[in-house]
Amino acid sequence: MSRRKTERLLSLVVCLLSTGKYLSAGQIREAVPGYPDSFDAFKRMFERDKDELRELGIPLETGVSATPDEEPGYRIQRQAYGLPEIRLEPDEAAVLGLAARAWRRAELAGAAAGALLKLRAAGIDAEETTQPGIEPRLQTGEAAFGPLWEAVRDRRPVSFSHRAAGRSSSQQRQLQPWGVVNRHGRWYVAGLDTDRGETRVFRLSRIDGPVTFRGPAGSVTVPDGADVRELVRQWDAEGPRRTAVLQVRQGAGYGLRRSASAVRPDPQRPGWDLVEVPFSDVGWYSEQLASFGADLVVMEPADLRDAVIRRLKGVLT
Amino acid sequence: MTPATDRLQRLLALVPYVVSRKVVGLADTAAAFGLTERELVDDLNMLWCVELRSPDPYCPIDLSYEGGEIVVSEAESIERPLRLGMDEASALLVALRMLAEVPDLEDRSALSRTIAKLEAAAGAAAAASAQVTVQVDDHGAGRVLAQVRDALDRGRRLHLSYYVPGRDEATERDVDPMRLLVVEGRTYLEGWCLSAEAVRLFRLDRVLALTVLDEPASVPAQARPRDVDQGLFRPSDDDVRVELELSVAGRWVAEYYPCEQVDELGDGRLRVGLRTPDTRLVRRLALRLGEDGRVISPADLAAQIREDAAAALAQYA
Repeated sequence: MSRRKTERLLSLVVCLLSTGKYLSAGQIREAVPGYPDSFDAFKRMFERDKDELRELGIPLETGVSATPDEEPGYRIQRQAYGLPEIRLEPDEAAVLGLAARAWRRAELAGAAAGALLKLRAAGIDAEETTQPGIEPRLQTGEAAFGPLWEAVRDRRPVSFSHRAAGRSSSQQRQLQPWGVVNRHGRWYVAGLDTDRGETRVFRLSRIDGPVTFRGPAGSVTVPDGADVRELVRQWDAEGPRRTAVLQVRQGAGYGLRRSASAVRPDPQRPGWDLVEVPFSDVGWYSEQLASFGADLVVMEPADLRDAVIRRLKGVLT
Repeated sequence: MTPATDRLQRLLALVPYVVSRKVVGLADTAAAFGLTERELVDDLNMLWCVELRSPDPYCPIDLSYEGGEIVVSEAESIERPLRLGMDEASALLVALRMLAEVPDLEDRSALSRTIAKLEAAAGAAAAASAQVTVQVDDHGAGRVLAQVRDALDRGRRLHLSYYVPGRDEATERDVDPMRLLVVEGRTYLEGWCLSAEAVRLFRLDRVLALTVLDEPASVPAQARPRDVDQGLFRPSDDDVRVELELSVAGRWVAEYYPCEQVDELGDGRLRVGLRTPDTRLVRRLALRLGEDGRVISPADLAAQIREDAAAALAQYA
């Protein structure tokens, strides 16, 4: 069954590639063995075959040849079908094999393997072997990655349920997605939130339901100069910087000391240092500081000091 | 993708694979396509048997595999591999661009050449790849990366001063490097840690200082690189199991740490179970969470955390 189908599809591809002109369905039926005798059964099978070839990425064209009264026909142009000439030096083939490994077990693993197969077929000796010393990986554990990739690829609007940080319930969002970005090891999608009429960034791990397509392919226009990476960076960006003055026990607070602008022994308290560190977000930074427990006391500013005290009291409530 | 189209893809790659190499061995080709020789011969027969019946019957593909060597003498229509699809081109380009962002990677020139050639060969299919980006964190990792590469190339032992944020400690240790990992935009050194006598992973942005020693690295035979596809961090059976209850504001813990169990408690609250090799990490986490997270078990750890918070608060009295 499957064997006969492979034979038929192969003959169909070769037939349509060999012809310069458009072939009508009737001509194709005569040339390609394996189609049923009944014309209706042939039509149904041929329709399915065409769909499957297009799914493989084979550029099957429909059109009419010179005389317009002819029925429409089909052809595959070699120019559109064939991979252009590509030659890689050995070091280039090596990094290509390395890149193909990155998607192993992740969303585009099959696509990476398919690409490598075609490039090998083009004469490139790119092996998916380990190059000693370095190993790249991309992980796409989020269920939303696959459909969102399809949506940005095909320029389709989507909707999904998303739970924002600190919210107790999810909200339905309508988005024209412009791109997917991985920043600090997390995936984000950015685009135009059509309910709000503004650009928005969503973290994929906070999408808590299926992603639904809300329009045909090509119906999203990414504005010229839209910089998705920059959108995600801004979303993640910090506010204006202030300086915290911290009393830190000597031998503790390595992480803080790394980003400190000044460190000096505290004249009031032997065994402790005064550490000055830039910060921007009081809420987030007070969490960091609270984690140092009794090894750290916030001296200034007052709002940061109060926030740390509140957090520590929260442990005891 | 059906079995029939899967096989069709392979057949369409097989002819150009042979054509671009002029003549290839049966055994080598079978290995390259992951087939047995018998399966490969069946593929070759299927190609050779393609027959078009109209206008005149003819066989468009002629090939032979006598004496274990494949030669394609006639296959004009399918002598080029099919173009790369959007998923295929994007999978390779996204991974190559991620590698190109790794600071100080010496194959950088090979990477940019490969990206340019692949973009040219993929044509329009390459456009969608710009919609997915993986940003590589630097944070000073570049400075040490070159040294790690050097130690790997020359097989030398490394001395690391390494910051462990969970314990807020700077640790000193000798490491025999095994390989570099680039996972989701972060770079790690995997190596045999002589003080732990185990394989350990070190994030390069947490390396405070590094020296390449004159001693040769000697990674013991029992040192196994971890299977990156199973996740970078896996709990061990010796780890302590901790249960936490999280408020809405503390939900990020479930995203950030690999949890064994996550239960919704309603109103966005969660109960999570996770394993830790070092309870100091959980004590710091609990102080950071304040009222947004509470350790439920083990009970002595919960008591310890209350003492930590009380001791920290006492300094503000």
